[in-house]
Amino acid sequence: MAETLTPADVERIATLARLELTRDEVALFADQLTAILAYADQVQQVDTSAIPVPPAVAAAGNNMRDDEPGPSLDRDVVLSQAPAADRAAGLFKVPRVIGS
Amino acid sequence: MSVPESACEIRAAVATRQISAVDVCRAALARIAGADPALHAFLHVDEKGALARAADLDRTPPSDAPLLGVPIALKDNICTAGVPTTAASRLLEGYIPPYSAAVVERLERAGAVVVGKTNCDEFAMGSSTEHSAFGPTRNPWATDRIPGGSSGGSAVAVAAGMVPLSLGSETGGSIRQPAALCGVLGLKPTYGRVSRYGLIAFGSSLDQIGPFATSARDMAALFGVIAGADPRDATSAADAVPDYTAALTGDVAGLRVGVPRELLKDGVEPGVRAAFDAALEHLRQAGATLTDIALPHAALAIPVYYLVANAEASSNLARFDGVRYGTRADASTVSDLYYKTRARFGAEAKRRIMIGTFVLSSGYYDAYYVKAQKVRALIRKDYDDAFARIDVVALPTTPTTAFKLGERTSDPLQMYLADVFTAAANLAGLPAISIPCGLTSEKLPVGLQLTARPFDEATLLRAADVFERRAPMPRCSA
Repeated sequence: MAETLTPADVERIATLARLELTRDEVALFADQLTAILAYADQVQQVDTSAIPVPPAVAAAGNNMRDDEPGPSLDRDVVLSQAPAADRAAGLFKVPRVIGS
Repeated sequence: MSVPESACEIRAAVATRQISAVDVCRAALARIAGADPALHAFLHVDEKGALARAADLDRTPPSDAPLLGVPIALKDNICTAGVPTTAASRLLEGYIPPYSAAVVERLERAGAVVVGKTNCDEFAMGSSTEHSAFGPTRNPWATDRIPGGSSGGSAVAVAAGMVPLSLGSETGGSIRQPAALCGVLGLKPTYGRVSRYGLIAFGSSLDQIGPFATSARDMAALFGVIAGADPRDATSAADAVPDYTAALTGDVAGLRVGVPRELLKDGVEPGVRAAFDAALEHLRQAGATLTDIALPHAALAIPVYYLVANAEASSNLARFDGVRYGTRADASTVSDLYYKTRARFGAEAKRRIMIGTFVLSSGYYDAYYVKAQKVRALIRKDYDDAFARIDVVALPTTPTTAFKLGERTSDPLQMYLADVFTAAANLAGLPAISIPCGLTSEKLPVGLQLTARPFDEATLLRAADVFERRAPMPRCSA
């Protein structure tokens, strides 16, 4: 049975994804996501009882490596691409967190 | 001498000093300046960097450089140190990566000259390049039509003769589909064949970087450079990289081609079907055998793909929060910062983040995401079963030729169906190629898609080489 997503559902999902949506986007997405999930409903009809757990898709499986430190990007170079940073302190800057 | 068209000829001419890498680079930049204003394949042309690099190659040519002096364009979701990389998103406008992707390092070692970054759908999410935040790319065969996507700019840059080679990326058909619609070769390698280090992630269990070219020989040269293991990508495979150029034997006698005919029943345009049937006949005349096969779950590839890919996309795009890189919206609290910065995603990226967040959310995860992964395993099993009897699976790459700009942007489901024949290879992790196989009566290109066993790209390139000798693709005059 396909899900029908209401505007309230869309707003709840948008909150989970930290997306600010306009009123128009909420209405549009309620319709479009409902249509897409209805289309995806055919997946539910397939008998997958022979597939116990989702298998790994990588042909190589998991490639484990030794946990050895190596060179990484220079801190100042990384901070230079941040929208706001305190390079002297070596920190990214964000607005107030506590009480927000 | 004048600049040859093919990458292999350019390399030979530069290596023997018949032409300089700088002259080759200047010619490519001139073609871009002439053709790109009407097509918008490029988001950034690195004129200064490319010319400096070419001059370096002329001064001190590296030995063993299979792409010496060859100009190449890169999809803008592939990180290039010091050169803007935006993934066609407002969120990364002005971003200059502090490092280069593994494929870029390999190209540089091989003597290639990166001339610029190409347009795509935002974060590679789309099938038309219309979801770029910086405007669409146009199809050089008919400029009122889309080039396909998401790697539309890379396909057009090669189709219009601006560069002989380019790289794109695939999650569900984003190389093969634009290759088909623009009349060039496009290869989606086996999952794990090419390092994704430095590729801006979309669907991590599906993403692969792959080449565009106008001949199998050029593609083999490029693919041999980018393929191989990389400790920085834990999913890259250790399997030895064969000599792809040596694989071009000109012979497909005995190649067993499987045709899943039930998938062709609905929705395939008559012009596409006619070109596909003619392509099969070319292969048969070259000595290949044709066998009907069944892929019972392949028709579910699109719904499975949009559950799996979007779940992974919603997770991967969580990193774009305005804190460490990219653009940031004005906000007085950190929570507000996230919401307002992420409001800059385009409509398609938002839609996919929403679907992905929903299918991963509590109460729906098993019903949607886990179920889709199980059906995905059945899709792969269909191919494994088929490959017991055949060597490659043949289908049209796309059910239609290039559609008009704006025709599908308001109907996401219609847009998604452009990938109906391509998404299964990504879900199954298999290599697949789109080979130009003629034009319809409207003079629009059609692609023949061949899918092979894991790590058997050599067979795909061999078949492409044989095909282009028997049925040369008309070149676009744009």
